[in-house]
Amino acid sequence: MLDDFLTRAALAGLGLVLATGPLGSFVIWRRMAYFGDSTAHAAILGVALSFALSAPIYLGTLAVAVAMALVVAHLTGRGQSMDTVLGVLAHSALALGLVGASFVPSLRVGLDAFLFGDILAVSRTDIVWIWGGSALVLGLLIWRWQRLVTASVNEELAMAAGIDPARERLILSLALAVVVAIAIRIVGALLISAMLIVPAAAARGFSATPERMAGSATLIGAIAVLGGLWASLRLDTPAGPSIVAISALIYVVTLGIWRK
Amino acid sequence: MTSLIEATDLTVSHGGLGAPVLSHVDFLIRPAEIVTVVGPNGSGKSTLIRALLGHVALDSGRVERAPGLRIGYVPQRVHIERAMPMTVRRFLSLPHRVRDDLAAAALARTGVPGLEQRQITALSGGQFQRVLLARALLNDPQLLVLDEPTQGLDQPGIVAFYKLIEEVRAETGAAVLMVSHDLLVVMRASDRVVCLNGHVCCEGTPQAVSAAPAYRALFGAESQGTLALYRHQHDHDHDHIAGGHHHGPGCTHPH
Repeated sequence: MLDDFLTRAALAGLGLVLATGPLGSFVIWRRMAYFGDSTAHAAILGVALSFALSAPIYLGTLAVAVAMALVVAHLTGRGQSMDTVLGVLAHSALALGLVGASFVPSLRVGLDAFLFGDILAVSRTDIVWIWGGSALVLGLLIWRWQRLVTASVNEELAMAAGIDPARERLILSLALAVVVAIAIRIVGALLISAMLIVPAAAARGFSATPERMAGSATLIGAIAVLGGLWASLRLDTPAGPSIVAISALIYVVTLGIWRK
Repeated sequence: MTSLIEATDLTVSHGGLGAPVLSHVDFLIRPAEIVTVVGPNGSGKSTLIRALLGHVALDSGRVERAPGLRIGYVPQRVHIERAMPMTVRRFLSLPHRVRDDLAAAALARTGVPGLEQRQITALSGGQFQRVLLARALLNDPQLLVLDEPTQGLDQPGIVAFYKLIEEVRAETGAAVLMVSHDLLVVMRASDRVVCLNGHVCCEGTPQAVSAAPAYRALFGAESQGTLALYRHQHDHDHDHIAGGHHHGPGCTHPH
């Protein structure tokens, strides 16, 4: 069964949305959209480093994404504006990544795969990485769910309950780093934040509680993965963008049933 | 009777930089007491609250809270993103799950029964403040800390809200520490008033404070019984020359 590239692609995509559904909801609640985008851009530097050092792609992107999360936490903790820090880091890392990639001959032709993803090329090893990473993120979110939600609702209320908002913020940043690292092969650096944000945004319309929104976002993501792969096969369109396009379509439909 | 929270010689500045927001403030609150902190914008009212709760680092001084003190807290200007779906019921279970009957009782107690399934962001200002108060009451607090709890309420709403707080105090015996701009109402409802402007200007019973020259200078319009805007003599003299300014009874800062 796993010999079929389409089955592998579907498994990879479904593994990813297990993490992006709940995490994407936090991204929306906390207005971290730009953060996800920046981390994804920085991951290109990780790809270049991995090739230069002949290390696994996942390790390189994970290391750079985690480093980015820590540097952002440190600089914003010192009073720098989040927007500015992200803007500087994201574009510097992306530029460094592209410059670095030009020194790696094998990458000059293949960088597109990491910018836009190539879900149809995932291997069995990729699937193990993706499900492992997703399970890790999902487990982390479930374990700290009450604390994370409270800190996202209001930091003062969280502090009064003995929760350290800075710590919960860092945990979300690290979870985001893991998701970026596992998603870069599938949807690519440019579409990762779309996978985080679009299904969660679509889920918002008919969700009454944070839990229902996280669950619905996962479900919508799964529908988008399967629908996108189907469309890609039938219409011969690129798979990653097709998945995002289906999510966007679902979002437009749910706009009509947005509950005030 | 021992105090619930006692602070000695508090000095706090934003991130340890610049002029201190609070200098050498002493403060204490006893069980079942209603204490109100008044003062102009930027006088450090919220900073004092956050220092007492242990949310900000102190430059110097000490805050002692009674061991195991249960605090119910309503922060200033709680804003919940529209992006976050949140029913009233779910909100009451953050971060600790509460039973349905306790949640319903708390909502009924604060005058908003049956709101459980409403979205938080769809509530009116008055309903939202009452839901925040209900949440603060859930852990059976010995001390309620309310930072401008009547912000955004109209005059009848403000009067009703303070009446509710007095009822809660009478029922539960919880002490109440409030920051407020609603001078006239607060003066009636409080056991003790602390007037803050970076330091403690004057403090004491509402009667004593309202008789103090410093209070009359600060709150001239309201001391005549009007509901006019609360005015504060922002740049009153603090050159610490004997007789340079007047203090009400209970004033603690040295010359």
